[in-house]
Amino acid sequence: MSQKNRLQSGGRIDRSKPLTFTYNGKQYQGFAGDTLASALLANGVDLIGRSFKYSRPRGIVAAGAEEPNAIMQLGATEATQVPNVRATQQELFAGLVSGSTNGWPSVDTDIMGLVGKVGGKMMPPGFYYKTFMYPQSMWETYEKVIRKAAGLGRSPREYDVDIYDKMNQHCDVMVVGAGPAGLTAALAAARGGARVIIADEQNEFGGSLLSSKETLDGKAASAWVADVVKELEANENVIVLPRSTVNGYHDHNFLTIHERRTEHLADRAPNGAVRARYHRVRAKWVVLATGAHERPLVFGNNDVPGCMVANAVSTYISRYGVVPGRELVLMTTNDSAYQTALDWHDAGRKVQAIVDTRKNPAGKLIDAARERGITVMTGSAVIDVQGSKRVSGVSVAPISEDGTKVTGSVKKLSADTVASSGGWSPVIHLSCHTGSKPIWNEEVLGFLPGKTVQKQLTAGAINGTFTTAGALEEGKKAGLEALEKMGKDLPSMDVPATESVTYGKSMALFHVPHTKPTSQAPKQFVDYQNDVTAAGIELACREGFESIEHVKRYTAMGFGTDQGKLGNINGMAVAAKVLNQSIPETGTTIFRPNYTPITFGAIAGRDCKELFDPERYSAMHKWHLEHGAKFEDVGQWKRPWYFPKAGESMQQALDRECLATRESVGILDASTLGKIDIQGKDAREFLGRVYSNAWAKLGVGRCRYGLMLKEDGMIFDDGVTSCLAENHFLMTTTSGGAATVLNWLELYHQTEWPELDVYFTSVTDHWATMTISGPNSRKLLEELTDADVSKESFSFMDWKPMTVAGVPARVFRISFTGELSFEINVQANYGLHVWEKLFEHGEKYNLTPYGTETMHILRAEKGFIIAGQDTDGSVHPYDLGMGWAVSMNKPFSFIGKRGMQREDCVRAERKQMVGIKTLDPNVVLPEGAQAVFDPTASIPMPMVGHISSSYWSATLGRSIALGFVKGGLEKMGEKVYYPLADGRVVEAEICSPIFLDPKGERQNV
Amino acid sequence: MFYIYCPYCGEHREEEEFHNHGQAHIERPKDPDSCTDEEWGNYMFFRKNPKGLHHEIWVHAAGCRKFFNVTRHTVTYEIKEVYKMGEQPKVVAE
Amino acid sequence: MSDVNSEAPTVALMDQLPDASIQGQSPLFHADLATVAKKGPKTGGVVFKEQALMGQITLRLNAENAEQLKAAEKVLGVSLPTQPLTSVESGDVSVRWISPDEWLIIVPGLKAFDVESALHAALSGHYQVVNVSGGWTVFMLSGKNARDVLQKSAPVDVHPAAFPVGKVVTTVFAKSSAIIRRAGDDQYELVVRRSFADYLWLWLQDASREYGLVVEA
Repeated sequence: MSQKNRLQSGGRIDRSKPLTFTYNGKQYQGFAGDTLASALLANGVDLIGRSFKYSRPRGIVAAGAEEPNAIMQLGATEATQVPNVRATQQELFAGLVSGSTNGWPSVDTDIMGLVGKVGGKMMPPGFYYKTFMYPQSMWETYEKVIRKAAGLGRSPREYDVDIYDKMNQHCDVMVVGAGPAGLTAALAAARGGARVIIADEQNEFGGSLLSSKETLDGKAASAWVADVVKELEANENVIVLPRSTVNGYHDHNFLTIHERRTEHLADRAPNGAVRARYHRVRAKWVVLATGAHERPLVFGNNDVPGCMVANAVSTYISRYGVVPGRELVLMTTNDSAYQTALDWHDAGRKVQAIVDTRKNPAGKLIDAARERGITVMTGSAVIDVQGSKRVSGVSVAPISEDGTKVTGSVKKLSADTVASSGGWSPVIHLSCHTGSKPIWNEEVLGFLPGKTVQKQLTAGAINGTFTTAGALEEGKKAGLEALEKMGKDLPSMDVPATESVTYGKSMALFHVPHTKPTSQAPKQFVDYQNDVTAAGIELACREGFESIEHVKRYTAMGFGTDQGKLGNINGMAVAAKVLNQSIPETGTTIFRPNYTPITFGAIAGRDCKELFDPERYSAMHKWHLEHGAKFEDVGQWKRPWYFPKAGESMQQALDRECLATRESVGILDASTLGKIDIQGKDAREFLGRVYSNAWAKLGVGRCRYGLMLKEDGMIFDDGVTSCLAENHFLMTTTSGGAATVLNWLELYHQTEWPELDVYFTSVTDHWATMTISGPNSRKLLEELTDADVSKESFSFMDWKPMTVAGVPARVFRISFTGELSFEINVQANYGLHVWEKLFEHGEKYNLTPYGTETMHILRAEKGFIIAGQDTDGSVHPYDLGMGWAVSMNKPFSFIGKRGMQREDCVRAERKQMVGIKTLDPNVVLPEGAQAVFDPTASIPMPMVGHISSSYWSATLGRSIALGFVKGGLEKMGEKVYYPLADGRVVEAEICSPIFLDPKGERQNV
Repeated sequence: MFYIYCPYCGEHREEEEFHNHGQAHIERPKDPDSCTDEEWGNYMFFRKNPKGLHHEIWVHAAGCRKFFNVTRHTVTYEIKEVYKMGEQPKVVAE
Repeated sequence: MSDVNSEAPTVALMDQLPDASIQGQSPLFHADLATVAKKGPKTGGVVFKEQALMGQITLRLNAENAEQLKAAEKVLGVSLPTQPLTSVESGDVSVRWISPDEWLIIVPGLKAFDVESALHAALSGHYQVVNVSGGWTVFMLSGKNARDVLQKSAPVDVHPAAFPVGKVVTTVFAKSSAIIRRAGDDQYELVVRRSFADYLWLWLQDASREYGLVVEA
């Protein structure tokens, strides 16, 4: 198909570089420099989607980020699918594949269209709430059909093949928008020596100047832009970011920028380049030079393809050399839109009429139109248009001076395009993001940025300054002001001379009256994307929704991906009219991040796949990998879970690991335990305050287990702390609790007891820790050390320095298995060496590596708790029967002591930890199973506890469990029942949590 | 995302380096054992939730690991003052 | 308890290194960087090197205690940097400010125990010296794009205007943390925790990809 709407010359496209692209399965041609939207319009493609609710045909309305209709699905392959791309912002490239998002099964014949047409009246606002809510069980079915028919685009079903990343930026001045105001601001700041970032969402800098016919300093506007960009790019302190949307403006001048680096080049990023980059910017000063969006007017059937925003029509003509129709009717409330009719006329196509809603417009532009012989109909409005897939005719009627009613007879004009302008809305979105409430300005007929606590300046059309000269001047002022505030020297700075433009007064008209009442007139759309009509808003107001926030939620106005960029003000005007109040009385409009949709890829950056979360490895990790370990995540650590041999099931491996440890010797990599080196003359006193037991008398060379409590008396961590020297201790914490415990110690030291002389330093990573455990562990250790490790000279809960396998080590005789155990600590760079030496010598003892699961079983057989598994923040030491680990007589009221004495902590019938033996020894209860005393009780049964740890014990040949039962410590031997999700009720007996070797004879050898 | 001045490092750092530890200037009772349940309950559980200035403890967790105080406006999120542990705020609610 | 060193040692001191016949394995030992360096590209925007098996010592003391400062200076040959976020370097000793009462000293691995012992001998009063050589490793990042890689990884301002040579920051690095020191114009030293070294090495390879990564052994 030829580009029937393309002009022979003009615009910023390159006619020598034709590009072929696909839209809805058909091939078209455009040129380098086109957007997808301009290329479609060049080819006369009128219909680009179906509307959300009524499924009405829709066409391209705007030329930028504010476009509500031309929302495309992009992607040549499944993996490169991108939904919700605005055709007006997507640059054309060779081979681009696009399709309309809306319209199922196809845009041209839409089965929902019938519903829309027939059922239009049946679909008032709130329709979905009112109709599809009942029966509730059907909602999911309704939702699928509605979603599919509404067409919100779809995500790819394959992995994204491209790379996205993030970059942290810091600057003195962040300039948002590179139109005349932004460019001048950046220039001033850069010349003053500031670090500047200037970003613009478009592929080229220049903003309004790109389609302007003005001259600056006698040069074409675009030439001035090119000079400025060149100067900025040459400055090493300036970062120039085209194709970069500043999507969010957050507290303390933090901004996020979505930079599209390759989306204009190809379907997938070439050569593995970064497709999109997310900049996280911290700026000392922010200059918002975000411009303004022209508002379309609200009139009957204003959504028929061919109805466009006036300035967008000019942009297509001037920037892209595309005239999107044959015959134009322009409706305007102001002077500036006349340019659209002039451009259309100058492109050689017919302007049927300019319909000016004002009685007596006057000025240069009006004269220029009349000079060209264009009919100007004053005091009139387009009240509706005819046509369905394209405008075919226009109804024009005179209206009252206040714009509230039609005052004369309707005249029909022939036209295929209606451009409308209701004035300009400053783009205040970013200033709203930080919580600043915009303020209505009657002069501008729009909201301006409100008061803010941010270091924020604004320049240009965002302030309602719509002339180029004004924008340049304000940009300069903002740039210099930022410099001044930072105490920098001000450079000399001239702004280019421009032709003088003065605009006549605009008319405050948003919603064009019709001969019929709004509810009976042809649909007058306010929000195209969510199909919100003027009648819908009126209905919402009549139904009692008077707050604009409620109206928005009820009608869904502004809730589309365009966030109501075109519609919100018009919608508020409609509500204001019904409620008989002014727009500022009706409310304000608050925009939230993001300004335009951003892909999940860009949000995720590199935080995906193997980089999603750090994996922490011990010094022996490579050995574990080579020996087939299955891993368990403990915090960020990868810990061996168990070491299956070929053909072994998990349970078989665990049984083997448990029995080998109990019968001979097993080895565990315990390097992940948190370790804190504590020094200072008050270290001992400090330990006494943070642990529940006594530390005053712990001798050098001795180790002690301690419970750490919160102020409420509840356990939050535990571990063994050893006295290395009189003022020197090594504390161990749980693997997951290391950072929390260190922070806890620092908190109390820095905020409560700074007078205590004590320092804490983490040595978690410094020591590789391996525990050999089992009756043969001493024999094994003896082979690798000269030290005397006999019972007599190295007793249980002692530690000793010695050399193990040639490496200096600290060895602790502590046990988490109940067996004779030695915990060997060596400098981590030698961990693997010692580990391998242990295996060389351990073969004859069947030295068996075991992981966290076997560790859990072995400790559960001994009734040892795991903080975080058997405790959950609601358990104090007495609940665990661990009163032996509490010293109530210490002189200082340790953390948790007072808390434990609260009424609730001392009441009877608290849930207490006990052992649980199932009647059938082969049944292993699921962890989390709820306990009841009476399984015949009616549902809901009174629940009296739960299982916290449960395993098959190969050593005992039966299942074992630790669990909580109300008053359990007083109920030894009594029955308790566990009704399971599958209907079984498991009968069990309450017993001591120590299943094996209650006297501790195995470890004391 | 706040930008917080660390009084120990002497420069502003991103919020992700810090952790908030709640309301500042809550002193642990000198003799917890003699506290009534009510006194202890007030220390343990009751916190202010002002609309306006709020004094908070923050820790430069990923930096120097020092705790300090921040006076922050809970509506605008402005940080009005940062001061070291043991010091009293100069900016206070009226 | 007395503040001076009495007969019974108040802290436990231990030379943790075996004799030279036993080779230490740095956290990236398994990555065999020597081979990567030999086979990999020789030019690129980012150059990576692991400075393996250095001696790291954490020193805690009161920066307002002139006696302690003097004692530390005598042992180290340089005065402790008391200005926040600064470092000093002299010969094979470098000292980083970490916190108002904390410094990280890096010396050749074989020297660590001597320095640790000497500090204990020289210092009195309330202080802490901890040999943490096994807990850290040092990555050197250089090249014209090294700064870009830092910007992808850390939220601190690394522009030369805000990050002069010698400055040290402890900060978030990717999803872990690092002590970053600007060692030269395009040279940065990252001190990272052993258990995160593999993740950070993976991260750095990924972040450097677009600039080209050269590995030096």
